[in-house]
Amino acid sequence: MLTQDERNRIRAEAAHYDHPQAACVEALKIVQEHHRWVSDEHLKEIAALLDMSPEALDSVATFYNLIFRKPVGENVILLCDSVSCWIMGYEGIRAHLKEHLGVELGETTSDGKFTLLPMACLGTCDRGPAMMVGNELYRNLDNDKVDEILARYRHPSGA
Amino acid sequence: MATIYVDDRPYEVDPAKNLLEECLSKGLDLPYFCWHPALGSVGACRQCAVKQYRDENDQRGRIVMACMTPAMDGARISIRDKDAVQFRAGIIELLMSNHPHDCPVCDEGGECHLQDMTVMTGHNYRGYRFGKRTFTNQQLGPFINHEMNRCITCYRCVRYYRDYAGGKDLDAFASHNHVYFGRHEDGALENEFSGNLVEICPTGVFTDKTLKQHYTRKWDLQTAPSVCAHCSLGCNTIAGERYGQLRRILNRYNAQVNGYFLCDRGRFGYGFVNGDRRLRQPRLLQDGESRPVSGAEALKRTALLLGRQSRVIGIGSPRASVEANFALRTLVGSRNFFSGMAPGEEHLVARMLHVLRGAGVRTPSLCEVESADAVLVLGEDVTQTAPLLALAIRQAVKQAPRRQAMQLRIPRWDDAALNEVMQQQKGPLYIATPAGTRLDEAATQCFRGAPDDVARLGFAVARALDATAPPVRGLSREERAAVQAIAGALRKAERPVVVSGSGCGSEAVVDAAAQVARALGGAGTANLCFTAAECNSFGLGLLNAMGTAEAFQRVADGLVDTVVVLENDLYRRVGRASVEAMLASAHVVAIDHSATDTVAGAEVAFPSGTFAETEGTMVNNEGRAQRFYQVFVPQGEVKPAWSWLGELAQAAGRTELTGLRSPDDLLAALGRAVAAFEGLPERVAGASFRVNGEKVPRLSPRASGRTAVSANVNVHEPKPPEDPDSPLAFTMEGYPQQPPSPLITRFWAPGWNSVQSLNKFQAEVGGALAGGDPGMRLIEPVANGAAAYTDEIPPAFRRRAGEFLVVPLHHIFGSDEQSAVAPAVAQRSPGPYAALSPEDAQTLGVQDGEFVEIELDGGMFQLPALLMSSMTVGVLGVPVGIGSLRGVDLPARSRCRRV
Ligand code: SF4
Ligand code: SF4
Ligand code: FES
Repeated sequence: MLTQDERNRIRAEAAHYDHPQAACVEALKIVQEHHRWVSDEHLKEIAALLDMSPEALDSVATFYNLIFRKPVGENVILLCDSVSCWIMGYEGIRAHLKEHLGVELGETTSDGKFTLLPMACLGTCDRGPAMMVGNELYRNLDNDKVDEILARYRHPSGA
Repeated sequence: MATIYVDDRPYEVDPAKNLLEECLSKGLDLPYFCWHPALGSVGACRQCAVKQYRDENDQRGRIVMACMTPAMDGARISIRDKDAVQFRAGIIELLMSNHPHDCPVCDEGGECHLQDMTVMTGHNYRGYRFGKRTFTNQQLGPFINHEMNRCITCYRCVRYYRDYAGGKDLDAFASHNHVYFGRHEDGALENEFSGNLVEICPTGVFTDKTLKQHYTRKWDLQTAPSVCAHCSLGCNTIAGERYGQLRRILNRYNAQVNGYFLCDRGRFGYGFVNGDRRLRQPRLLQDGESRPVSGAEALKRTALLLGRQSRVIGIGSPRASVEANFALRTLVGSRNFFSGMAPGEEHLVARMLHVLRGAGVRTPSLCEVESADAVLVLGEDVTQTAPLLALAIRQAVKQAPRRQAMQLRIPRWDDAALNEVMQQQKGPLYIATPAGTRLDEAATQCFRGAPDDVARLGFAVARALDATAPPVRGLSREERAAVQAIAGALRKAERPVVVSGSGCGSEAVVDAAAQVARALGGAGTANLCFTAAECNSFGLGLLNAMGTAEAFQRVADGLVDTVVVLENDLYRRVGRASVEAMLASAHVVAIDHSATDTVAGAEVAFPSGTFAETEGTMVNNEGRAQRFYQVFVPQGEVKPAWSWLGELAQAAGRTELTGLRSPDDLLAALGRAVAAFEGLPERVAGASFRVNGEKVPRLSPRASGRTAVSANVNVHEPKPPEDPDSPLAFTMEGYPQQPPSPLITRFWAPGWNSVQSLNKFQAEVGGALAGGDPGMRLIEPVANGAAAYTDEIPPAFRRRAGEFLVVPLHHIFGSDEQSAVAPAVAQRSPGPYAALSPEDAQTLGVQDGEFVEIELDGGMFQLPALLMSSMTVGVLGVPVGIGSLRGVDLPARSRCRRV
């Protein structure tokens, strides 16, 4: 069930448009913010709120690869695999991340802390290799820096 | 007209069209996927690439998509250009990169547009050596099979299903090379026109699940032009058989009637032909025991019943052909021939025909409804009673916004651009019915009320259109506002259509629709589209039969010895007691294709052919007479009803049917006997018709196994059955090319094995069939004569305490007698219910699903309550043809209580 707060926020977004459907991407983002991903049940609830069929909404949700239709970990790592980062050593970072986390691309660590995903471009080609964790962008990565960053997310309070 | 040059040859073209349409219209082969004549262009697949040149000096040119380029005067293109050829081959190679190459096990194989286009582009060897993405398929219900790996991402399915048919539960998911077309979860596709996906999808993703259960390749099916027998619209179909079983129904294009589409009842309702309820042997009832007998024995018994001294009456049927009904009428005499329709329906059919044949109105074809720019629906739930009419209305609501959008100089075919401008705008559509309908979502405004209030709304609209029409008193302010809005929209429209029918059982509603049309027509005529209950209701109506109730009266009065019942289950028409009284006091001879309750109670029963095993004519709601042809020779002693009638007459020594030995003879006699059918016999391609001296084959030249199919019985190749009654032959021999349009047994052209070969059968792509669309309109508007208004306006509906007005609610799946027993359709049919408004439910103290009892026609019926928020208060809806409630004329008043 969506929380009252989510419903209110979605309704408020929808009120900005002639057709409530226009708010569908915002609505998906709101729900993802609360639950990290959009489940089938939530999808149907949002669809009903916006007067859409679940198909129409899911068609939008699945189009965007940053709307997650499967559960993800507490922190989603988006590792840039575009040309500039690749030149600057993306493959090494990827190998290190995989080993460090014990997961392949597209997987979530068993403790549910991290999900590792590839990303086409983070818009910071001059500072590659780059990745995002949650909403934070990290640039000029090397293995040590990666370890340090991940440690921060593992023990958020011990900073 | 404009001139374009294709590979340096000039062609006269219509500049409002695009290059692809025009190339195809000129008979040129240019491959395409995403474009469809009914859907327009989006330029999604890039398959229709051609080279376009600026002028005759331009040597380089540039690649353009033919479907996205207007056929402008002076345009110079090349289909054969090397770059264009290579481009097209490259595109198909890309489209095919994930395709599983599983044609041998694919139901589309042999009639696949993807196969045809692949061959046409010359892409023979695949270069893609990598893993292919694979999908999980979905269970989409009893009609459609899903095999997503074969998808080439042309987007036709969603464009048809969502944009054209108004479906909600099919969409495109995800992106790049894993775009998926399906539902958000498994489940039956909800749209009533889902079956068209089978023909819209150019690959084997969406295929006919009912065909899969007894699969046969297209080239092995014996096919004939047929007409749908499941509602009054008479959509044209191609029915296919093998091994004595009807195996599938495909669309048969008729630009005036069904165009490219069928509804799911029409496509998947054929199962009754193969069903175990079929009667295949004559039966005699003796000492309460029914036993199968030979035809000779049954005829011997009947001879006694039909003898000269015997007083014989005949009861016809709205689901039997005109010829069969006329044969019965001829046998018993017109004063002894009764329609066999339910008395209420019979009355309404007569009324509708009277209106349509009077002044001031014109009955439009479905195609004309599609191009209407304002529609008023009175009393009819068209999605359930005349499905394709609902599909036509869904197109009509796009007319007005499209016209606006086209003012931005967007061509008619540029679908994506038009949609972008039109967004969700809808043209005027007003619906007034007792309960909510599926079309409501497309409507400008809906009005709910008892049939009398629906009629009053109509009468008031007529008055608002023409001050000389009688006024309606006592309308609420809300109703008056609706009336003004409706009248305003109709008046403003260029091509308004009023739609109504017998669906809610109300004469006042029919009259009101007529009144609106007359008021709208002024001195000219306005389009008035009526629907009736069955496939040949109007054909039977034109035969001027006597009223069904009178037949029962005559029997009750002891004036009848024998009743011949033609393809009619009387229990569906009148109350059980009446039928039983008739069975008890007269000798009943029934002729029918299935073992109905009437057949079970008849003294003698003869097995007749279904639409697929006989030939005949039906008259649709437009008044269009259309011939359907026999598809195959039935097993057992099944014969056409008219043929049994001839034998019956002969056995009894009667001469009425002497010389009327074929449908042609009967039709010719009908043309002489009944004015409405004058001229029809001359228009029909009769049995003696030949093309170049040859018959038209029902089998394709590739049909396999001719020498072996019956080898388990006899190793000698059997002689193919003869067909003395039609210009078609039960063989693969005959005229090898395109026959005249009424005799099209399949769509096929060299290099075009799929249904897309239809392009080659049309005079112009998307237009009429070459040589004209089949069928003949029997009802044309009367040139002049004043349209008289009726002032019989019913008073407003007043509910009485503790009492309900019971109205019929129709279901596309379940309400039609014949299709209801087809297994696939039966799976989608609802169970019995009593629908009532939540308000009334509360008063009665019933919850959803709890039983209520109603009393109708002296019988008590217990039904589970169905709470319907759109139901008019004081009105209760029961499903037509579903459950035990049969033979009751509705609407009727009834008490209702909680059980
Ligand atoms: S499923 Fe068929 S119609 Fe739909 S996109 Fe794929 S190939 Fe085209
Ligand atoms: S049931 Fe009616 S609408 Fe459907 S295909 Fe048959 S004739 Fe057409
Ligand atoms: S048919 Fe022209 S791009 Fe698809």
